[in-house]
Amino acid sequence: MNYEPVIGLEIHVQLSTRTKMFCGCELSFGEPPNTRTCPVCLGLPGALPVANEEAIRLGLMIGLALECDLAPTSIFHRKNYFYPDLPKGYQISQYDEPLCRGGHLGDVRIHRVHLEEDAAKLVHAGSSGRIHGSEASVVDFNRGGTPLAEIVTEPDVRSAEQASEWLRLLRTTLRRLGVSDVNMEEGSLRCDANISIRPVGSQEFGTKTELKNMNSFRFIQRGIEAEIARQKGIVESGGQVEQETLHFDPATGSITSLRSKEEAHDYRYFPEPDLIPIAITEELLASARAALPELPAARAQRFESELGLSADTAKLLAFRTEYADFYEEALEGNGSEPVPLANWITNELTARLGDEDPQQSKVSPAALAQLVGLVSEKKVTNAGARQVLDKLVADGGDPAAIVEAEGLGALDDTGELDGAIDAALAANPDIAERLRSGDMKPMGVIIGHVMRETKGRADGGEVTRLVRSKLGL
Amino acid sequence: MTQVRDLTAAQAADAVRDGKLSATELFDAYRDAAAADELNAYLYVAEEPNVSGGDLHGVPLAVKDLFCTKGVISQSGSKILEGYKPPYTATVVENLEKAGAPLLGKTNQDEFAMGSSNENSAFGPVQNPWDRERVPGGSSGGSAAAVAAGTAPWALGTDTGGSIRQPAAMCGIVGLKPTYGAVSRFGMIAFASSLDQAGPLTRDVTDAALLLGHMVSKDPCDATSIGRPDEIALPRSHKLDGIRLGRPDDLSTEGVEPGVMEAYERTLKLAEDLGATIETCHLPHADHGISAYYVIAPAEASSNLARFDGVRYGLRSNGGDLLSMYTHTRHDGFGAEVKRRIMLGTYALSSGYYDAYYGRAQRVRTLIATDFKQAFENVDFVVTPTAPTTAFKIGELADDPLAMYLNDYFTVPMSLAGIPAISIPNGLSDGRPTGFQLAGPAFSESRILDAAYALEQAIGFDGSETRK
Amino acid sequence: MIDREQVLHVARLARLELSEDEVGRMTTELSKILDHIEKIGELDLEGVPPTSHVVEVTGALRADVPRPSLPREVAFENAPDIADDGFRVPSPQAHA
Repeated sequence: MNYEPVIGLEIHVQLSTRTKMFCGCELSFGEPPNTRTCPVCLGLPGALPVANEEAIRLGLMIGLALECDLAPTSIFHRKNYFYPDLPKGYQISQYDEPLCRGGHLGDVRIHRVHLEEDAAKLVHAGSSGRIHGSEASVVDFNRGGTPLAEIVTEPDVRSAEQASEWLRLLRTTLRRLGVSDVNMEEGSLRCDANISIRPVGSQEFGTKTELKNMNSFRFIQRGIEAEIARQKGIVESGGQVEQETLHFDPATGSITSLRSKEEAHDYRYFPEPDLIPIAITEELLASARAALPELPAARAQRFESELGLSADTAKLLAFRTEYADFYEEALEGNGSEPVPLANWITNELTARLGDEDPQQSKVSPAALAQLVGLVSEKKVTNAGARQVLDKLVADGGDPAAIVEAEGLGALDDTGELDGAIDAALAANPDIAERLRSGDMKPMGVIIGHVMRETKGRADGGEVTRLVRSKLGL
Repeated sequence: MTQVRDLTAAQAADAVRDGKLSATELFDAYRDAAAADELNAYLYVAEEPNVSGGDLHGVPLAVKDLFCTKGVISQSGSKILEGYKPPYTATVVENLEKAGAPLLGKTNQDEFAMGSSNENSAFGPVQNPWDRERVPGGSSGGSAAAVAAGTAPWALGTDTGGSIRQPAAMCGIVGLKPTYGAVSRFGMIAFASSLDQAGPLTRDVTDAALLLGHMVSKDPCDATSIGRPDEIALPRSHKLDGIRLGRPDDLSTEGVEPGVMEAYERTLKLAEDLGATIETCHLPHADHGISAYYVIAPAEASSNLARFDGVRYGLRSNGGDLLSMYTHTRHDGFGAEVKRRIMLGTYALSSGYYDAYYGRAQRVRTLIATDFKQAFENVDFVVTPTAPTTAFKIGELADDPLAMYLNDYFTVPMSLAGIPAISIPNGLSDGRPTGFQLAGPAFSESRILDAAYALEQAIGFDGSETRK
Repeated sequence: MIDREQVLHVARLARLELSEDEVGRMTTELSKILDHIEKIGELDLEGVPPTSHVVEVTGALRADVPRPSLPREVAFENAPDIADDGFRVPSPQAHA
């Protein structure tokens, strides 16, 4: 029997406010442990939370971007459980009246978006002398209380690859919104996946498992793949998938159960009496709307219709905000042609930079625009320009100057190029003969020879034209 | 009794302002009296005044243990917080310090404000100055006993279901629970967040008005605080002309001590003499107040007390692994009544029981609040005895938690509705004080104080006997 | 009514260690209290909204403006066990 995976995603996003969700402590970026705390985020007796208006505004921006229904009033609940990283013994979160419901991003529907506070950080501390014979951990409350938006999708994802692609789109969208750093390694974007499988064609859902906290796109894809395989194995051998929370270990590729079964969770949610309902005022909503930038999907559409890019290229650029920004900045400068510039970025620059942010690279948008201009003007060949780009990526600088210094300027039809072609024909008399007889297939050999000799400064088309004229064709 | 401590707080403030009394002399008199306290009313007494001047001119203030006071023990009567010194001061205490009321001491209380007798303090029971074998009421029993005994000119308490009004009644003093939200809760060690409210415990109504006026504020650190739309004026009315007092016919008088009922009837008669009319009013759901309250308050408490886990402050009992550290710490740190309420509240919120208990209780709360709104369309105040009984013997109800809970019968409905209510002493039953409760609509404190003042003058209760 | 098993379950949720004696007492006392509380089961609550907040306040939000944090030594002042600049606890993994 064939099985189809059914996947829903839960994404936690740390919001880029200045201060924490419920107190005035500044968010922490690697400060010494426990230096960003106060009575509220330490859960001291008598301290009370007050919600950060900016976090609510950023939450609304996410809701608007994902085309959700925004609740006119929503309320905070307490989610009660004991853990050392949870100072109050409950997390302030939202339950049955979240900030946003419904919506979609691309072809994945959004179930809800709600606000909550992040837990503190628990660091393993090795063996403790005082607590005899047991391991100890140390709590750092700097992160505790950081505002989080939790985005929950409907179970619309059907493969690990789709999950990873969709998360990239979500990350780009959130980055474009400016609501979060969306840095997975640093934990400002975290993803859990709810996974089940069912026979293809079935409308029922299988028992789902929850795969926790995967911190890179690669791990997400591999983790989901591994879990799908595990579930298939269980079902195919006649077993039943159990509902549990799982951890994927990228080092070994193994999946382990995170919590013991006897500890059934009962979070005893109830409305947080210390906070009043959040009423979304017109001002707040207007301010969220005004701050909404053009989103990746709309941007791709514009690149396609206004700049004439192919749909694929438009998406490649628009779904990586840093490249789209780089592209638009490069376009502004020298009046470059939009299509070749886009192709140079998506084909050549991305290949050289990998995951590096182009804005942080040594290549400036103006330099790339200039280089593409030189190619268009035939002052440098494509091959030559690739070499220039290598230099730019390595050391930065001015493309024209590099062309000059490295002698990469395109050869014209007199002089050096003529000589190179003559030499190539002389060195390959049999080829020359076949060409003369009208067999154009080995032309590439001559071009290759010329290219080698001129270090790529010759234009292939120009070489072909000259060879034909020399041989009287 | 020295002459200094004969003065009410308002009189003492005037005397200091007029140069007839030095603030130092005033503080020293109370400090010495508090230090010599024999009722176990104090858990801490200050050496020196920490502020002076202001509108309150250095009249010292006794503060219930559960208010956080920077660098001074704030234990909420619990072993789990024994010796705990917070790094910040509660907003209401800060407001009063700014107004010139120095901290005199921290007063004993039922652990985490859970109790009606002060027997649930980890630091021992408080004795009632009217009869040392009896309880002062609770949970603000230390504050009430201190004011009644004259070892404090006035005191701060908190009221969740009657914890200011009931001990005020049992100690023969005035206690006022303000409208929920009038006074900031920031820095009050929480019992039940949607009910807790700080208020004054004073010798007379004038002092209650004076203290309350300096307590209220809209605090940016408390999202539920509102402050007040108007200033609290000092009461001066001697008449009750045109005032309609509502006597609820739905509250049972079964189990009410005869002497308490007699005092209540006498006060109603006096009120009529002052020009008031007595009308029957209906609070059809108030009888269910205790049930709703003993679901909502423990449910919130079970969550509020989850932070006492031995990680960041307070007692820690190690048991090897993390789970045992939690369970041992909480076993050793919490007293029996606190454990009982944590259990009750956890149960009421737990999966499968939420709707039957917490959900229903919240709906009953809506009905009770609506009852009062409707009643106040026809009457100005609802009046009841404050507590069904006078002070009972220490240990008398210790083995019957439900009987103890029923002591809150007349005070709990107002707490659930979030409305203000005052208790004033209105007589003695068997030599023990009784209390008369007036409750009004939200933010009617000034009118309540006015009416209470007129009654107080007519009743002429003498509390000086216990101030020695 | 609440039985012994439920008492033990609730105690686990609340992280309360109860002695054998306490379990018995708690079962009896809570049952008696719950019997009284269950009177609210008699009321017709159809269509009655729940009250979570008695006050009607809106707009009680905080501007996103930093306020000073506590010096670390103050944050640690009341802590039972400090190590490596943090609050030390038995490792949660130990009982998972």
